[in-house]
Amino acid sequence: MTSAPAAVSTALQLNDVRKVYTMGDGSDVVALDHATLTLGSDEIVALVGPSGSGKTTLCSIAGGILSATAGRIVVGGEDISDHDAKELTKFRQEKVGFVFQSVNLVPFLNARENLLVVDELGKRTGAAAKARADQLLDELGLADRAKNLPSQLSGGQRQRVAIGRALMNDPALVLFDEPTSALDTKLGEQVMELIQNEMKSRGTAAIVVTHDERITHYCDRSVHIVDGRLEA
Amino acid sequence: MKLALTELRRRPGRFTTATVILTLIAILLMFLGGLLDGLIASSTGAIRAQNADAIVYSDTAQASFVRSRIEPELRAIVETVDGVDEVGGIGNVQLGARVPGNGPRDLASVALFGYELAPDGVPDAPPYGQAWADETIKADGVEEGMTIEVGPARTPIEIIGFVADTNFNGQSSLWASPDTWRDTLSANRPDAQLAPGVFQGLIVRGDGDDLPAAIDAATDAATDSYTVEGAVDAIPGVAEQTATFNQIIGVTVAIALVVIGLFFALLTVERTSLYGVLKALGAKSSTIFAGLIVQAVVVTAIATLIAGSLVVILDLLLPPGSIPLLVTPGRLALSVALLIVAAVLGCAFSLRRVLRIDPASAIGTTS
Repeated sequence: MTSAPAAVSTALQLNDVRKVYTMGDGSDVVALDHATLTLGSDEIVALVGPSGSGKTTLCSIAGGILSATAGRIVVGGEDISDHDAKELTKFRQEKVGFVFQSVNLVPFLNARENLLVVDELGKRTGAAAKARADQLLDELGLADRAKNLPSQLSGGQRQRVAIGRALMNDPALVLFDEPTSALDTKLGEQVMELIQNEMKSRGTAAIVVTHDERITHYCDRSVHIVDGRLEA
Repeated sequence: MKLALTELRRRPGRFTTATVILTLIAILLMFLGGLLDGLIASSTGAIRAQNADAIVYSDTAQASFVRSRIEPELRAIVETVDGVDEVGGIGNVQLGARVPGNGPRDLASVALFGYELAPDGVPDAPPYGQAWADETIKADGVEEGMTIEVGPARTPIEIIGFVADTNFNGQSSLWASPDTWRDTLSANRPDAQLAPGVFQGLIVRGDGDDLPAAIDAATDAATDSYTVEGAVDAIPGVAEQTATFNQIIGVTVAIALVVIGLFFALLTVERTSLYGVLKALGAKSSTIFAGLIVQAVVVTAIATLIAGSLVVILDLLLPPGSIPLLVTPGRLALSVALLIVAAVLGCAFSLRRVLRIDPASAIGTTS
């Protein structure tokens, strides 16, 4: 259990959150056990733990992908604890960004279109979204790769497109799921530097889920999770 | 939707298999429909061409000229029915015809009509021994001015011109005077010969809400009268042919539905991960499902466009009279509509799977 020491406003508040799965034989498996966590509005937290410890479950609940069994979840000022599936979909469109472990860009869309897909699935702002996508690609050093398909990009460039996509909706919180697991050490460090710079420059909070203790120094603090329990 | 169309444009190879299979199914569907229309047209043309408000058979004829006899006394009763303006006798005999230049066994099948009131598109009855012929008889080598020999008695009939879309029972019609028909019938079907003044049916023109019923009532049910549409449907074999072909067409549409359903179900399984990501990014299930439907409809539209073009080309290449294929815009449009509906319904197989895709699958739930 941990909290941000000096955050004026918060990007994420988890209070006593539990996630319990009922198995086929009727037994319960506790994936997240009374988790409490607060993130400041521009704080980057590394969520570290072994496989099966519950870190992706926590991430999924914070991102409105999973519903918690109990507890209170507030993201960017919006209490999503009792949101139904439709409300969570809208919440994901507007309040959070995701960078998935295997990047998961849409393979038949070019870099610019992969960013614009967020707008197409959400608010549909049209020209404003296009301007934002161009700006993000420029800031991420991908302006000359805007028309390239994911298959024509390197691993690092794909990771940058994924970061751009996560930032398209100007989220309160970005969730990175093992962002360096598929990269070599050098590229992994470059990606973490990029994440750090992008989040700090925008004042956006982030949770970086990782196994790798070596990248935690890019984050403001680390939170460990073991058997569904958070440890400072 | 834009996403679905972009995938179709950028990854056409992914949809090639489904497009090819659907094209083949669409060709089959349009060809079957064309055959049905062609068969029905070649069976019913002589009746459809009648400019009549009622077509009258005798009571036990079951809408068959061969079984029908209208005596002059019965005709006189029909002529007195309120609303009846004109009554003309009609008779028919179906025979083989020897065509000059063809082999002795190479007979042209003809349906010789004797008529008093000219059908639409057919001039008034020609002089004795002459006939107007349906143009499909040209496929048997018949030309204007040629004299063909009809039936075992080799009754000579001179062809003086051609008319269109008047075939009967799949045979080329010949349109002659009542005397020509009656004498040809007597010479070639002695068992069925008719006395002067006796016809097999009556063509009645007039007005009134329900002339056929009024006629049957006036004759005390000694007649069996129909509208033109009713007479077409009542031609022996037409309903059976239509039902059989429609069943085959129905099965073909069902196969198309299953093919589309399976293809897009497999595509959905293959894309589970992508759909999971899109849902995590905020895509609604309805948005994803609408994309599937758009893709299915576009693939089906392309397949039917190719199939329609091929069937039209085939129709143009086929020699007239070789097979009874009739390709009409209405039939092609109906085939397209049926396949589009099948495409939409086929996609419904994937709806449950799309609804069940968990956005959590994009990042996993185990770690």
